[in-house]
Amino acid sequence: MMTASLNAYVIVSAVLFAIGFFGVLIRRNTLIVFMSLELMLIASTLALVAFSRVNGTMDGNVFVFFILTVAAAEVAVGLAIIVALFRRRQTVQIDQLDTLKN
Amino acid sequence: MPTTNGIRKKPPKNTATPTNPALPVLRFAFITEFLKPDPTDMAQFLFLLFAIFTVLCAVGVVVNKNAVNASICLILCLVGVAGLFVQLDAYLLAFVLLLVYAGAVAALFLFIVMLLDVQGKETFGLRGFRTIAGFVAFALLLAGIGSVALKGQIVSSPPVSLTGGAQLKLYAYQLFTTYLLPVQIIGFLLLISMLGVIVLSKKHEIAEDAK
Repeated sequence: MMTASLNAYVIVSAVLFAIGFFGVLIRRNTLIVFMSLELMLIASTLALVAFSRVNGTMDGNVFVFFILTVAAAEVAVGLAIIVALFRRRQTVQIDQLDTLKN
Repeated sequence: MPTTNGIRKKPPKNTATPTNPALPVLRFAFITEFLKPDPTDMAQFLFLLFAIFTVLCAVGVVVNKNAVNASICLILCLVGVAGLFVQLDAYLLAFVLLLVYAGAVAALFLFIVMLLDVQGKETFGLRGFRTIAGFVAFALLLAGIGSVALKGQIVSSPPVSLTGGAQLKLYAYQLFTTYLLPVQIIGFLLLISMLGVIVLSKKHEIAEDAK
């Protein structure tokens, strides 16, 4: 079934990771920064599944299982923190959340 | 051991003359694989379709000013990644990805975006130190991984086929034998995160009374 080479999958994964990293650095909205983090996580899982498929082992796939679980927990806690932050400060823009700076 | 010796002996001989012609040929072959897709090769066409779709949706997540559109782009991106998982014979993971990520996580994002009702006043100007850092990091990541991938360092052997792809039984066997302790720890992690979310989202009435 797998005709596209491992290189192609790794490149797609790298591009996804780079886009997510770019989004984390460039965006000011906390929610979109968080979405970009999820994008980076997904890129890493794609690379894991591709390597696992090429090596013919199950370890990478099982690790992706764990990564998905941890990501779900992380999203729940992170969004709760963002909601708490919004309740207190009425904003989610990063450049307005600089109380510790001064 | 003899094979590694053979591989190690070859590069010094090749570096004298033939590496310079060999590398561009390899790179060219890789690029033509993308540029001239065989119309009869369905799997390759599907890979290209899903890869381009995924990358475009990822760009949509980052570029969109509206957070609702960004989260919908995230859902579409996850659908594309699930398609790539299917091509890698990881059917169960594709299903779980759609169910957990696109179904629960991205929908949670959507809920929070609509709940907070953030006014779109984000200063999305391309200026400042962070933007330069973002571009430089983007270019560095792409160049680093792309150069390794394009030079063909990664692929050494043809893919070993699991019997009929990664079956559910194999997952279950691995999860309940080799990875039994991580499964338990993950259970605790989920419990702790659930408690944490409940504590975080509770209104602290005592603290407000103290004020």
